[in-house]
Amino acid sequence: MSNLIISPSPHIHSKDSTRSLMLDVIIALIPAVICSVVFYGWRELLVLGVSVASCVLLEWAVTKYWMKAPSTVGDLSAVITGILLALNLPYTTPWWVVFIGAVVAIGVAKLSFGGIGQNIWNPALVGRVFLLVSFPTYMTSWSAPQGLFGVDAVSGATPLGTIAEGLLQGSSVQELTSAYNYKDLLFANLGGSAGEVCALALLAGFVYLCCRKVIKPWITLSIFATVALTALVFNLADPSRFTGPLFNLLTGGLVLGACFMATDYVTSPMSLWGGVIFGVGIGFLTMMIRYFGSYPEGVSFAILIMNSVVPLLNRWFHQPKFGRK
Amino acid sequence: MGKHTFSIGGVHPHDSKISRGCAIEPLPLAPVVYISVAQHIGAPSVPCVQVGDKVKVGQVIAEPGGFVSAFIHSSVSGTVKSIGPRADLAGRPATHIEIEVEGDEWLEGIDTGDTLVTKIPEDNKAIIEKIRQGGVVGLGGATFPTHVKLSPPPGSKCERVIINGCECEPYLTSDFRTLLEKGEQVVVGAAILKQVMGNVPCTVAIEENKPEAIAHIKEVIARLGYEGIEVMPMKMRYPQGGEKQLIDAVMHRQVGSGALPISVGAVVQNVATALAVYDAVQKNKPIVDNSVTVTGECFPRQANLLVRVGTPLRYIVDYLGGVPADAAKIISGGPMMGRAVANLDAATVKGTGALLFLTAAQTRRAPESHCIRCGKCADACPMGLEPFLLNKLSRNMDLEALEANAAQDCIECGCCLYSCPAHIPLLDIIRQGKGAVLGAIRARAAAAKAAAEAAKNN
Repeated sequence: MSNLIISPSPHIHSKDSTRSLMLDVIIALIPAVICSVVFYGWRELLVLGVSVASCVLLEWAVTKYWMKAPSTVGDLSAVITGILLALNLPYTTPWWVVFIGAVVAIGVAKLSFGGIGQNIWNPALVGRVFLLVSFPTYMTSWSAPQGLFGVDAVSGATPLGTIAEGLLQGSSVQELTSAYNYKDLLFANLGGSAGEVCALALLAGFVYLCCRKVIKPWITLSIFATVALTALVFNLADPSRFTGPLFNLLTGGLVLGACFMATDYVTSPMSLWGGVIFGVGIGFLTMMIRYFGSYPEGVSFAILIMNSVVPLLNRWFHQPKFGRK
Repeated sequence: MGKHTFSIGGVHPHDSKISRGCAIEPLPLAPVVYISVAQHIGAPSVPCVQVGDKVKVGQVIAEPGGFVSAFIHSSVSGTVKSIGPRADLAGRPATHIEIEVEGDEWLEGIDTGDTLVTKIPEDNKAIIEKIRQGGVVGLGGATFPTHVKLSPPPGSKCERVIINGCECEPYLTSDFRTLLEKGEQVVVGAAILKQVMGNVPCTVAIEENKPEAIAHIKEVIARLGYEGIEVMPMKMRYPQGGEKQLIDAVMHRQVGSGALPISVGAVVQNVATALAVYDAVQKNKPIVDNSVTVTGECFPRQANLLVRVGTPLRYIVDYLGGVPADAAKIISGGPMMGRAVANLDAATVKGTGALLFLTAAQTRRAPESHCIRCGKCADACPMGLEPFLLNKLSRNMDLEALEANAAQDCIECGCCLYSCPAHIPLLDIIRQGKGAVLGAIRARAAAAKAAAEAAKNN
């Protein structure tokens, strides 16, 4: 009684915390994680383990010994970076390459900007792109997956890689895509980065996040719509050179990128229209890189490029204010 | 059921209306009451009694100190013991009139009976004067003098009277109980307001977590045979009962920045105010008491009490069993916009609607962490503001940018702070920025006025 608290309103708080939101994202990633482990076997588990452990450990060590700031490990954001980085790597990536990816993701892309909430680019993607340009051999070679339960899998390059290669040798898109059926793409039966392999599991996670109101669907949907539309136009114009909408939606980590990387709070715009433009930009850049760039897969670059525009989008687009039209 | 609600933002805290089953019971008279002369928005009233005077219940003890001010009546019969400064809820000194209670003798002419008087006087000016004489102020929280609200500036026209029965703050149940127990009086009060504003349509807005009240008021309106008064069930959402939000929900019109509700043709009055209007006009009874919800999970006995104005809080709490050991915070009002009580010796005012007891766990503020730019504060803001941005601008006291980003429109509902996952004290900070912007706007207006007058004189 003698110690009554006096403070301004409001006097209660919702149950949401940074940690609870991050936990929801982790829960949403579980189907994709299970899917990739079942599909690729224990080596995928190793990549995931090394990635998550290094990200968490680095965040703890850097905040404690270097920044001398309260540790932010408890908010679980480093765990997500770890999972996303792992899902962006082939299961064959050696552990030390994964570790370097984690150093770049957490150390360079996140903590050197000041930690959670301060970074401009998605940490996991920066890590991934760093590895892609530094260790192309590890990042683009795909050997036959060894599924946990002997899941039958196709070996070789990723679908997008195969097609880019085939086009250079003069084949047409129709010949090249006839090898893939869309059921396989949806249900994880192709070579690729771990997270690219099961669109359905990723979409389930995305739906969970939307239902829990952790994220809003606009960014993801506008990416899907832009990719589909761009691909449709190009495919109609020249079916022998340009792949079609469904193929582009289901390959090259687009689902992973659109659902989990582009929707990262810190590196995406806050307003509705900012988000839509962000998504359209990612979708369009992805398709341009895929069709005309030297990399077969463009999602990572597209998201990082659009990340750079977020401060501008936040400045230009505000939500409508009450009574000011 | 209707899905009427406001168009931007809002949050859904648990409604926690644990005292909803408690009928309103009169609190026994306190031995002494302390009646503040500053219990409404506007100029404080001026005491018109002397120490040693004998007063009766309902007798005027302070007169309005200006147009925007109100009469204050004695809530008890007895002797004026002192007139002087005394600490209010927040511990700040305000002039109070101390009256020692002797018996319970009401002023002649006040109808204290329960008979419902449905015949409304025809002269609107006389009605407004009775409302003014009754010391009626808005009991929804702002305590704005009602007669001022009912006298719209020339050129503006009221198109709808809205009776605010949302009671969207968690825990509060006094309006709900009033609707259930004094529904007839509230409806007649609504009819009076409707007539005064030019017989415009009237909407009684009640949130759908109060189905009994919705059904009861519908039944009362049908029974009393009023045309043009309707009940509108509202979706449960905070801050539905905010004046601008409610007008948006009911009329789909948004009151502009700095503008009054009448600018879009709306007049909003709270349920308790409608009851006070009925009492003042039909029963000649000024505001001498009001319903107060006393509640909280840690509080031993939930209650809705009819409390005489000026009753010390400690007297109310002791009547119900004293302050529980695990209470860490006492709030006058709801948990979203109420004020923390610093002083239990303070007395109730007309606008006191609740006393809420929260434990340390319920009211704990977690340590602030980094903004993760999730935008939840902006999604929650019912004014469409961007609290994350205003927070930054307020910390830098960038007045120009604060004004450009409408910090002055903040209604301090607390949705931003409530929803921030990083536990940033957004509203605490934004309040400071808002205050500074409002100061700058006022200073500019004053300077413009002075310049205009100087130009006229030359």
